[in-house]
Amino acid sequence: MNHRQKEEYLREYSILKNQGKPFWPYAVAKDGAMAAVVIGSIILMSIVLGAELGPKADGTTTTYVPRPEWYFFFLFELLRIIKPPELVPLATIGIPTICMILLFLLPFYDRGPERRPEKRPIATTAGIFTIVAMGYLTYLGAAAGSPNEIEMEPPPSVVAQGEQMVEQFESGKQVVAQAGCLACHKIGENGNDGPGPHLDDIGARVGRDAIARTMVNPTAPMPSYAQLQEENPERFNNLVAFLSQLKGEEEE
Amino acid sequence: MPKLKLPAPPVPPAFKPKPRRPDEHQHTAIDHAKEGGIGAIGWVDERMGASGFGRWLMFRKVPKGTNWFYTLGSATMFAFLNQAITGVFLAMYYDPNAINAYESVRYISNEAFLGEFVRGMHKWGSSVMVILIFLHMARTFFFGAYKYPRELNWVIGVALLILTMAMSFTGYLLPFDQRSYWATVVGVNINGTGPLVGPYLSDFLRAGPDFTATTLSRFYAIHMMLIPGAIAALIGAHLYLVTKHGTTAPPWMKAETDPDLRTEKE
Ligand code: HEM
Repeated sequence: MNHRQKEEYLREYSILKNQGKPFWPYAVAKDGAMAAVVIGSIILMSIVLGAELGPKADGTTTTYVPRPEWYFFFLFELLRIIKPPELVPLATIGIPTICMILLFLLPFYDRGPERRPEKRPIATTAGIFTIVAMGYLTYLGAAAGSPNEIEMEPPPSVVAQGEQMVEQFESGKQVVAQAGCLACHKIGENGNDGPGPHLDDIGARVGRDAIARTMVNPTAPMPSYAQLQEENPERFNNLVAFLSQLKGEEEE
Repeated sequence: MPKLKLPAPPVPPAFKPKPRRPDEHQHTAIDHAKEGGIGAIGWVDERMGASGFGRWLMFRKVPKGTNWFYTLGSATMFAFLNQAITGVFLAMYYDPNAINAYESVRYISNEAFLGEFVRGMHKWGSSVMVILIFLHMARTFFFGAYKYPRELNWVIGVALLILTMAMSFTGYLLPFDQRSYWATVVGVNINGTGPLVGPYLSDFLRAGPDFTATTLSRFYAIHMMLIPGAIAALIGAHLYLVTKHGTTAPPWMKAETDPDLRTEKE
């Protein structure tokens, strides 16, 4: 806006303002009605939906659901969509930071005098696109469950190694299912596709020791299972044993 | 304070005071109470001089065409006040250390008088506030309200949005149940992948390289002192600017020239 446009706007605005009504009591009445609706809805939600409290936090192992509050789903889903590890920082920080900067600077790069949405096609389209994208990502996040059961028979190579191996495989499978790995990894038909990689053939790609090291000292955003190793080494070993037996062979 | 000549506010007819009849008794208890009230207000105003501010705030005009979309900002503020008030009551029982936190929340939910109700209002209030802040932002965006002369108010608004999301993030850990614990571990790790400041930010949030007992009290301090203070101050600045510039008229409103200027007055 140049100087003339600014003056014009201020003049036009002062006329419109003078033709309006005083804040008290007219706007206050509307604001008050809206406030009553807002507080009323909160009270209603509190009574109907209550406030649940899950089991106590436990750093070792668990049936946990590493899920944020629903209004963060759209950020979390970005991670699922952008999967290559070298791009993860882009999804986690890059895109949100860029969006934040664009949002902060909006009044400084969109300086035209026009205010009607239908006369600002770029701004309006971008706004609607953002809303649709965030809505869609939130929907995806809400739809993705966090299963804590794995349906998978021990593969022939495990059975061939004898009774004891099968037992270890089975109990390791339990630990994986309960430790919430499936929220971010896919094993066979189980779990979510990302942000983490598929684990179907993790045993073929990575050695047993390397798997154990990753569990203790993972790349972000995966949480560390160091506490599990310290406090329950047997479960931890079963977990690693199970993963290192996944060679991606029982795919048909 | 701008020196404004403010018109007397038009009062809806039903609220207009009836003129006193000449023979009416002037010394009833009610008359005395009224005078006492006015006298007290006058006494305070004589020493504080706030009535000018009150008139500036309340009797300013809102432009023609102002509609329900304009209530979203104040609705966000009321949701924030709800969080502040219920939060104070939760803080009376909450114990921010890793050993007792969960127990104290369980106590609030199961034992304290109206505890679950207040906790529910705080929990669902956060969702409501986030929804309202996004709706309010969408309103100002589509109405082009971020343009001259209100650019600064938009910038303050974005800061409020980020702080509100930070409130949600830090508050989520506090019940210290499985879900909140693990979601926060992952969330802090995500922060850590950021370039340059990422790892420092994560270390700051965790109070060290690992998730420890100090992490919880740090989140608590951030959640109930640092950010709420900043939000309250920024809302003050936001509302000051709203009052100073006035709220926008809807973008499709056109000013009609005063008919008195066009036609000759009889
Ligand atoms: C805690 C959060 C917030 C509160 C309590 C708040 C409160 C308000 C209030 C009461 C108004 C008066 C007009 C109206 O209600 O629409 C207003 C106007 C405004 N707000 Fe906010 N707001 C908040 C967040 C935001 C955010 C996130 C943005 C944008 C990024 C924003 C941008 C604006 C702008 C540009 C105006 C001027 C609108 C106009 O003059 O029509 N605000 N705010």
